[in-house]
Amino acid sequence: MTSRSALLVLADGRFPAGGHAHSGGAEAAVKAGRIKDAAGLEAFCRGRLHTTGLTSAGLAAAAAHGLDPYELDAAADARTPSPALRAAARRLGRQLMRAARAAWPSPELDALAAAFPRGAHQPVVLGTTARAAGLGPEDAAHCVAYETVGGPATAAVRLLSLDPYQATAVLARLAPDMDRVAARAAAAARQGVDALPAASAPLLDLTAEQHATWPVRLFAS
Amino acid sequence: MSLRATARIAAAADGGLPLLESDGPLALRRTRAAAGWTRVTVVGAMSAPLGGDRLAIETDVRDGARLLVDSAAATLALPGRSAEPATYDLGIAVGEEGVLRWLPEQLVSAHGSDLRMRTTVELAPTARLVLREEQILGRHGERPGTLVTRLTVRRAGRPLLDQELAYGPGAPGGWDGGAVLGGHRATGQLLVVDPDFTDKPVEARLLGEQAVIAPLAGPAALVTAVAPDALALRRLLDAALSELAPL
Repeated sequence: MTSRSALLVLADGRFPAGGHAHSGGAEAAVKAGRIKDAAGLEAFCRGRLHTTGLTSAGLAAAAAHGLDPYELDAAADARTPSPALRAAARRLGRQLMRAARAAWPSPELDALAAAFPRGAHQPVVLGTTARAAGLGPEDAAHCVAYETVGGPATAAVRLLSLDPYQATAVLARLAPDMDRVAARAAAAARQGVDALPAASAPLLDLTAEQHATWPVRLFAS
Repeated sequence: MSLRATARIAAAADGGLPLLESDGPLALRRTRAAAGWTRVTVVGAMSAPLGGDRLAIETDVRDGARLLVDSAAATLALPGRSAEPATYDLGIAVGEEGVLRWLPEQLVSAHGSDLRMRTTVELAPTARLVLREEQILGRHGERPGTLVTRLTVRRAGRPLLDQELAYGPGAPGGWDGGAVLGGHRATGQLLVVDPDFTDKPVEARLLGEQAVIAPLAGPAALVTAVAPDALALRRLLDAALSELAPL
């Protein structure tokens, strides 16, 4: 049994890893009129969870399982066709690394930081962090699944003045899907890099590039 | 009755086709090509695949060969008597200095159908590739079937692009929400791999509101487009094609 408390520390929105500056595509979706209310937020989050959420959870679970992080970083690049999203993933990876090394010092984190001075993909860093914290692939996958929907939900509250109780209810309704995604990601991670999911979302890739060209925006991605 | 069929193509640098093997509904014809090119047209996939069918095309573009593959009609996924999904596997290899333009017609997912399509590409370091995929969710005014497509491209043994798209009633939830398709019924990708992009990388740019050209983490660019229908989608991808990889 891994440490539930360590998982809570890592998954906490107050963990200083920079995630609050990113909306997970919600800012672009709000502007395009694709998220207008709690129902639109739920459909957005469900779609994001089963696409990039599953893919990122698989990468994180694989890193937590101890698969080669360099190979996983290349797999993450191949699964991220949007240059804006690759840049965001590396920036978030670098920020998470700083917090992770302070929280759970480990030679594996040191080696990953040295190999990717500009940041490895965030899910790879998260999986390696989970490992350093004594957590397992399921834990890492749950962490990613939760942040995949938690980020857009928090952003939607700010962008739409959505009722925070409604946003939290969306997250609660998504909990069974998060569990399924985490279980699938962890099972795939145990079969090796070639078995990792590659689920993707055309609108997230497209709107990430649109969003990156905005002169004024509330969120970094 | 579900069927199994594997068609095979091999193209050589001298313009010849050492292997051109049709199988079942996958009929291959050598067709007239522009100078310097060899062209193969898939003529028979119109009525396939039905539920339970297992179709495959294996294509080997040998060192120095220049091959164009297209199709005479859209591929229409239909329900079959079998509850099993149909599978359609494309295995593609392009050798050193080889060039492949893979420009088939659309894949249409009819109501009640269930198709798993898998495209696996292995590129030599100096190989070039243009590959188009278009997914149309339902015929005109029709609800879509279930469609899962995976595109995996490796170059010089390393992963270049890996993406899976899943739509329709059998896909996980949220596929039609604001993160994935947002009500669009046509979506497509155009992948261009060109070793020249190493020195002259493609810059990310928007093609209107519904398409983007994005440089991959390698000498390649991917166009991602969404559209209300097949015609509008093709217009977007054609514009990108003439810009990124004119003949």
